[in-house]
Amino acid sequence: MSSSMLFNVTTIVYMVSMIVFFAFLATKNKQIGLVGSWAAYAGWIIQTIAIILRWKESYDMGVGHAPLSNLYESVVFFSWTIILIYGIIELKYKYRVVGAFVVPFALLGMAWAQLGLHSGIEPLVPALQSNWLLYHVITCFLGYAAFAVACGISIMYLIKERQEKADGDSPAGGIFSMFPAIRILDDLNYKAIMIGFPLLTLGIVTGAAWANYAWGTYWSWDPKETWSLIVWFVYAAFLHARITRGWVGRRAAILSIVGFAATIFCYLGVNLFLSGLHSYGK
Amino acid sequence: MTTNNKGFIQGLWDFFCSLKLAISLLIGLAVTSIIGTVIPQVPNIPEEYISSLSQTKLQIYDKIGFFDMYHSWWYILLLYLFTVNLVACSMKRLPRVWKIVTEPNLVLDEGLEKSLSLTRDLKLKGGLAALKDGFTGFLAKEFAAPVVTEKDGEVHLYAQKNPWCRLGVYVVHLSIVIIFIGAIIGSLFGYKGWVQITEGTSESKVLGRNNKPIDLGFAVKLEKFSVAFYETGAPKEFKSILTVVENGKPVPGYVNIPIVVNDPLSYKGITFYQSSYGPAGEGGTFYFTVREKKGGAPIKITARQGESVQLPGGRTMHVTESTQDVRQFIPQMSGPAARIEVHSPGKQPDSFIVFRNFPKLDEERGGDLVFSYDGSDEKFYTGLQVAKDPGVWIVWFGCTLMVVGIIMAFFMSHKRIWVRISSSGRVVVAGSASKNQPAFQGAFDELTGKMEKL
Ligand code: HEM
Repeated sequence: MSSSMLFNVTTIVYMVSMIVFFAFLATKNKQIGLVGSWAAYAGWIIQTIAIILRWKESYDMGVGHAPLSNLYESVVFFSWTIILIYGIIELKYKYRVVGAFVVPFALLGMAWAQLGLHSGIEPLVPALQSNWLLYHVITCFLGYAAFAVACGISIMYLIKERQEKADGDSPAGGIFSMFPAIRILDDLNYKAIMIGFPLLTLGIVTGAAWANYAWGTYWSWDPKETWSLIVWFVYAAFLHARITRGWVGRRAAILSIVGFAATIFCYLGVNLFLSGLHSYGK
Repeated sequence: MTTNNKGFIQGLWDFFCSLKLAISLLIGLAVTSIIGTVIPQVPNIPEEYISSLSQTKLQIYDKIGFFDMYHSWWYILLLYLFTVNLVACSMKRLPRVWKIVTEPNLVLDEGLEKSLSLTRDLKLKGGLAALKDGFTGFLAKEFAAPVVTEKDGEVHLYAQKNPWCRLGVYVVHLSIVIIFIGAIIGSLFGYKGWVQITEGTSESKVLGRNNKPIDLGFAVKLEKFSVAFYETGAPKEFKSILTVVENGKPVPGYVNIPIVVNDPLSYKGITFYQSSYGPAGEGGTFYFTVREKKGGAPIKITARQGESVQLPGGRTMHVTESTQDVRQFIPQMSGPAARIEVHSPGKQPDSFIVFRNFPKLDEERGGDLVFSYDGSDEKFYTGLQVAKDPGVWIVWFGCTLMVVGIIMAFFMSHKRIWVRISSSGRVVVAGSASKNQPAFQGAFDELTGKMEKL
């Protein structure tokens, strides 16, 4: 059994989970919803095993390091953290249907990694040989994942709000009647960002600490650093917007989606379109 | 005039206390920060980029400061506005919150009771004194030790948890100011520099910004430099062995210290980081052993880079290139190697590589002369980044404070419970939480459920 086989299985299980979640939306059958989240958790467990296996495989090859060192490994880890954060929010707040808007992000990551990215295990270049890599990457990606979940919830918010407006005062019908009330979605959005913001803050701080340790400057306005700060500003604006009258609800949802778009640009766009010290995606 | 002035100052104060301004500044900073990630910034502007811009564009960009935008006057101004906004807004709100924390409302009067959404009316038996003791003990055990106040023949209990977490937001805001202070101190009293040291020599000056030499006050000697590669040929480690020399003597504890990428050396607040390396360029000396294939005593050859050396039989040789570790070019091999070119009279020149770690290998080449490579004394230089930043500890203190503040603000809740006991046996319980009211409601219901059985 190799890790790459298990990653393929993971991808298929996430796909099944997504399809079942869509069936849940269509049928409103609670049992089907349960199967959807079980599938997501099963996929997550398989993925966890695969990540550990890949870690071990790198040691067997004599270049042992945590599987967080190139674009392939980071995308796989990102998708793992998305399901993890989804699981935490689902278990805590019991809104299963959120999975229909979150699992697709994880699936997208796995599918891209398995089909489009170079998956070879490579030795660590000197710049990445540090425990800070672990702290930095884990905190950043957990933060990103919480923002992905918040983005999924915000999309639900916008759909639900439109539906309610269109239907007037009559109770919303159709597949969207499964959605929690917009007040709850708004609250869940905030809760997801309350998880993500501290983690992103830690991610930026550990990144700065590492840069200072390795290069002697904690901040050099490198594009990746700057974009992480941009993302941080956007979510700080979100947090303050919430305590200002007139900014809850729709505007907060839009700000959350903009924040996630900036997050994705920080993660991928910077490497694809801009250049800098960070080596992912090269 | 005075009223006008007062109005103006009041207006300015209100302007800076506004949360709308904070949101605008945060979004403004986010949007303008993008510019510097798209336009190359000094000192890393490629020539091609400059020549690709038209003259007018170049002048405009330069005027606005786009090539060093994070230090441009308008970006710094935004940061100042941000700081003033942050401080003003916090100063305006802090006293009220401070009062909630330090002077809580100990008495559950009617007004307070009306303002709270969680209340419960209980009817209990027992005298006032017994109930007072019972509730005091109960709260201390199940929630938090209460403050007891007697007023107008009634007993009021007040108990709270985590009152300080209300200050979390202000801790976060303060931490941002502290980080700015650390950054300013670093830029005023610190520097970034660069130094290149050749193996066996030492340097006591480094080049700062604009190549201005900075005296370290001591010297750093490069004892040795080495590179290692993975089997794939990818670089694995760059290592400089450094010794700090002060007043002509090596400093105890700072002798032969290896530094690699991600593991620097610090002395007297100045830190040296492995950054680059290269051949020192003096052209080292290479050593070979040569013997004729048909037999005869081996002879030792010494060749300087590029120098032609006589060999038996009228031949000559010279070294064309060399490396300390051939693995980066030929992953199957390792160790030092040299490419040499041998000229035999009347024949094409013959170019091949000899490896120090594989002395027998050249026999397989089938030439008349068999070479083995004994190594070289070629010297390397190491490029070190040098940094001094006396503000960095303030920055780390600020960062720690920020994380602590965020945890206080997000994950802790100020929970309060009031109890009013009348001599008639009527007991009113009220509660509130600063975060996650629904979760607190569950805990409140459970507590009051137990109180009923007191
Ligand atoms: C111009 C700058 C800023 C101003 C004027 C400002 C002002 C405020 C105010 C007035 C509050 C509400 C306090 C209360 O509930 O009584 C607040 C909350 C908060 N601020 Fe700021 N702030 C600024 C920047 C920031 C930044 C950059 C951060 C980044 C970490 C931040 C983090 C927070 C947090 C975490 C909260 C709590 C929000 C919540 O409870 O949901 N602030 N801020």
